[in-house]
Amino acid sequence: MRTSVFRWLTRLRTAILAAALLTSACACSPIQPWVKPYEREHLADLIMGLDRNPVSSTYLDHVFETREGARGATGAVGGGCGCN
Amino acid sequence: MAALCLAAVPALAGVLPEDRVDALYHRYQGGGITVQGPSILVQKRIGDHFAVNANYYQDMISSASIDVLLSASPYKETRTQKSVGAQYLHGKTTYSAGFINSVEPDYKANTAYYSVSQDMFGDLTTVTLSYSRGWDQIYRDIKSNGVLSNDPTFHQRADHRVYGLSISQILTRNLVGTLNYQFSSDQGYLASPYREIRYIDPNNPVGYTLAPQIYPGTRTMDAFSGSLKYYLPYRAALTGQYRFFTDSWGIVAHTLKLDYVQPLRHHWTLDGSIRYYRQGAASFYSDLFPYANYSNYMARDRELAAFHSITFGLEASYAFSIPRLTWIQKSTATLSFDRMMITYLDYRDALYSKFDPGAIKAGAEPIYSLDANVYQAYVSLWF
Repeated sequence: MRTSVFRWLTRLRTAILAAALLTSACACSPIQPWVKPYEREHLADLIMGLDRNPVSSTYLDHVFETREGARGATGAVGGGCGCN
Repeated sequence: MAALCLAAVPALAGVLPEDRVDALYHRYQGGGITVQGPSILVQKRIGDHFAVNANYYQDMISSASIDVLLSASPYKETRTQKSVGAQYLHGKTTYSAGFINSVEPDYKANTAYYSVSQDMFGDLTTVTLSYSRGWDQIYRDIKSNGVLSNDPTFHQRADHRVYGLSISQILTRNLVGTLNYQFSSDQGYLASPYREIRYIDPNNPVGYTLAPQIYPGTRTMDAFSGSLKYYLPYRAALTGQYRFFTDSWGIVAHTLKLDYVQPLRHHWTLDGSIRYYRQGAASFYSDLFPYANYSNYMARDRELAAFHSITFGLEASYAFSIPRLTWIQKSTATLSFDRMMITYLDYRDALYSKFDPGAIKAGAEPIYSLDANVYQAYVSLWF
């Protein structure tokens, strides 16, 4: 039992050390963008817009929010809710 | 008596919103409620670093919902919401701020919001921090001599705070991912002044008696979401989203959504979506309490009940040009239809026992379900 806990702790320390080394390596050398600006043609297409029709998506968010207990994390700022 | 609506935060920093005008007409119909009205959104850049937006939105509500028929009377009213906002772009940072005002006869709400977005790592990553604060004033309408007016003995307040963190990440040349976290806290009067609980009462001919709801005065909420948007080889886009929600009232909710966009030739764009939502009930919710004053907090709002819903959405957009108006670069006309089907798990149709108490006892009524249709028609102009 003690041996398995010891092994688990060793693995945890190794993982933390690896994460720290990776983080420090990232801090020393700037991250190179792996998708170059000239490779973003598809991402710039209108159909890839994160919010293509804001007036419509805002309205639909409102429809759901007034009928459900959950709200938030939809990339929008919310306000008070009467929902009477 | 709807809610204060939303204002979109720019999803990407380093880019100001496009100059565009959207004029929308919306209509919701289901469960004895019809809500319809216009929404007009204007976004305009001023120079290279500044943009402003304004939105006018209206809900014209006609309600004879199950809640209204049980403990109130059908009503009609109008809610008007106005909002203004501005974005300032400085280098790879976008600052946004705005204000929203919503007014209906028995609910007034003001919300201020602020956000900062930063592009980093070769513009592959965008991090957004946001904060909003809302101040609501709640009234209760009563009918006197056939005229609805505010009850002078009832005036409550509620405050809202929302903190958000969003990360948008370009993963490959065809794939974008986003992660969102939002913490919200509400404080004040959080119940509906019209809806009521019911408890078993053998002395009442219908088998139950109605009583005011008692809500906690605070609520904190955590929402996490993630989405992936993928560009398909034949020019189409597929989006998958998931959201997890939990709050201090005991509600746990999951939301899943799939969306598919397919352009057809030069003019048409079709969009199909399916959204699944399910939630557990709040800890102080019950469809029928065993007796009066059963617990400190008691609610029977449908929004706090356990339920699941499926929504199917279809949208068709047509791009056209207006020959004489050369300052308009692009224009589209869009029709949208959503079908929402909600199945409640522990909310019964109490109207059965109310109108026919001899046949159906309280607590044995059929489970309530709600089907609703949502229509949108709008024109968008880019200039």
